[in-house]
Amino acid sequence: MSGALTSLTIAQMHDRLTRREVSAVELLDAHEERIDAVDGGIKAFLRLTPDLARGQAEAADRRLAAGDGVHALTGIPLAIKDVFCTQGVETTAGSRILAGFISPYDATVVARLRQAGAVFVGMTNCDEFAMGSSTENSGYWPTHNPWDPTRVPGGSSGGSAAAVAAGMAAFALGSDTGGSIRQPAALTGTVGFKATYGRVSRYGLIAFASSLDHVGPFTRSVDDCATVMATIAGHDPLDATCFDRPLDLDRVGAGIKGMRLGLPREYFEVAGMEEGVQRSVGDALEVLKEAGAELVEVSLPHTDYGLAAYYIVAPAECSSNLARFDGVKYGLHDPGAESLLANYLNTRREGFGPEVRRRLMLGTYALSSGYYDAYYLKAMKVRTLIKRDFDEAFARCDAIVSATSPTVAFKIGEKTGDPYAMYLCDVLTLGADLAGLPGLSVPTAAAGGLPVGLQVVSPQFREDLALQVGRAYEQASGITAEVARL
Amino acid sequence: MTLTRDQVRHVALLARLGLKDGEEDFYAEQLSRILEHIDRLSEVDTEAIPPTAQVVEVRNVMRDDEPRPSLPQEAAIANAPEADGGFLVVKPIQESDPG
Repeated sequence: MSGALTSLTIAQMHDRLTRREVSAVELLDAHEERIDAVDGGIKAFLRLTPDLARGQAEAADRRLAAGDGVHALTGIPLAIKDVFCTQGVETTAGSRILAGFISPYDATVVARLRQAGAVFVGMTNCDEFAMGSSTENSGYWPTHNPWDPTRVPGGSSGGSAAAVAAGMAAFALGSDTGGSIRQPAALTGTVGFKATYGRVSRYGLIAFASSLDHVGPFTRSVDDCATVMATIAGHDPLDATCFDRPLDLDRVGAGIKGMRLGLPREYFEVAGMEEGVQRSVGDALEVLKEAGAELVEVSLPHTDYGLAAYYIVAPAECSSNLARFDGVKYGLHDPGAESLLANYLNTRREGFGPEVRRRLMLGTYALSSGYYDAYYLKAMKVRTLIKRDFDEAFARCDAIVSATSPTVAFKIGEKTGDPYAMYLCDVLTLGADLAGLPGLSVPTAAAGGLPVGLQVVSPQFREDLALQVGRAYEQASGITAEVARL
Repeated sequence: MTLTRDQVRHVALLARLGLKDGEEDFYAEQLSRILEHIDRLSEVDTEAIPPTAQVVEVRNVMRDDEPRPSLPQEAAIANAPEADGGFLVVKPIQESDPG
């Protein structure tokens, strides 16, 4: 019974809730049972919020009983990546430097989901400050992939991806700066999406790289993804980059007959592309063709330089954003420090893990006197070229399709000794962040028992196109995000 | 570009990062390897290309400068490791007045 409940989509749960076949409290009970049974081996959650969840589930049941103000997410169990400030809950960005930080306010997306009546199950593990592609950079512990616990779930939103893939939450919030939603979605067989830069408010998201940070959901279907997007998207005066345009998702179910899908040559020839991934995505392209899409070859000629540009821009921005962790306002500090400077140095030495320290130094170096032009300015110019590549490609197609990740989930520890090998995980996803484009990952046929993802990238403000392709694939292939048997 | 131990020490200080024993060598080696890859950027001709700092054409978002409700002071400093009378406590940043 509880196993059945934790495998449902949001839409199915909503249907049962509104028909009163199940209560929000029962739904929560089922998820808590599932967490008790499997999270010891997966470690998706950094902390659970059972009292908060219970209160929210009871309130959802009252709302459902009254039949008044019921939202599609009322009573639906949600996991929140530990980078979203959640009022009254410890929020640490997966970092020791924020251990014990109780957020005094809600991020805008958290507030919107709270208002919709979602049930907050807990905060999920992630790479520290969302910097990483495997969740191994967490200041607490690595998360395991529900499909093979000896492997990573991807990252940085690996805890959120694993929670949805293992049936511990119906949906989850993630953040995507270089691929941190789409890559773990691919590696765990879930649906992951980030919208146009500025579509979803980042107010209350603990900032990593402000010109690249995006917010989005993990779900088990594209329709569920659209439901969550409709709830969290929209103008917010508290985030000056958040624009005011309606999000029109009416055509998500319209199919792809006559749609032109671009295959970027460079994305299919990328180094390290595994055969199993190639085959699975090749089969997916056949399905899209049979569903009526026209496949056209396009080119993103600066793909090779995207990674380099990204690893200047993102570290440069984080070196500025993370200056706020100074041992004075919140979090860790050194009570015995003999000076203000010593407090800074000691707090940040003890509080930040190796990847964060690496990026802070890289970013500081790139911005430092004498190197700014050669690195930061240069990277910003290459970013222009990458954006133009996409503009030119979209003149020839409605959306771009490719693999989300060149590999399936890799073994825990396999890439931790080589930072650059880890950075390569995002080679197919970070372009959409640099250009601020909507990007979706939907599961395709597994390779060797491990999930593979198809990425769909659409033009700015056209989230509907990416979701339309993803949904058409889901329908035509019959492949949907499944909950891992554990 | 290769980073020396001295450069690592300098950058770490700029970034306000204390280093642990042996980390100068560790980061000098790792950052140099990463920069080697990043140096490929110099292959790209960007002579006539303007920089992109952000990708959505939102410009100069303004609001009226009017008082509005905000976090109460107690909530804003509740997470501070050291606070006194509503203020955050820091170590002195100036020597005491010599005169």
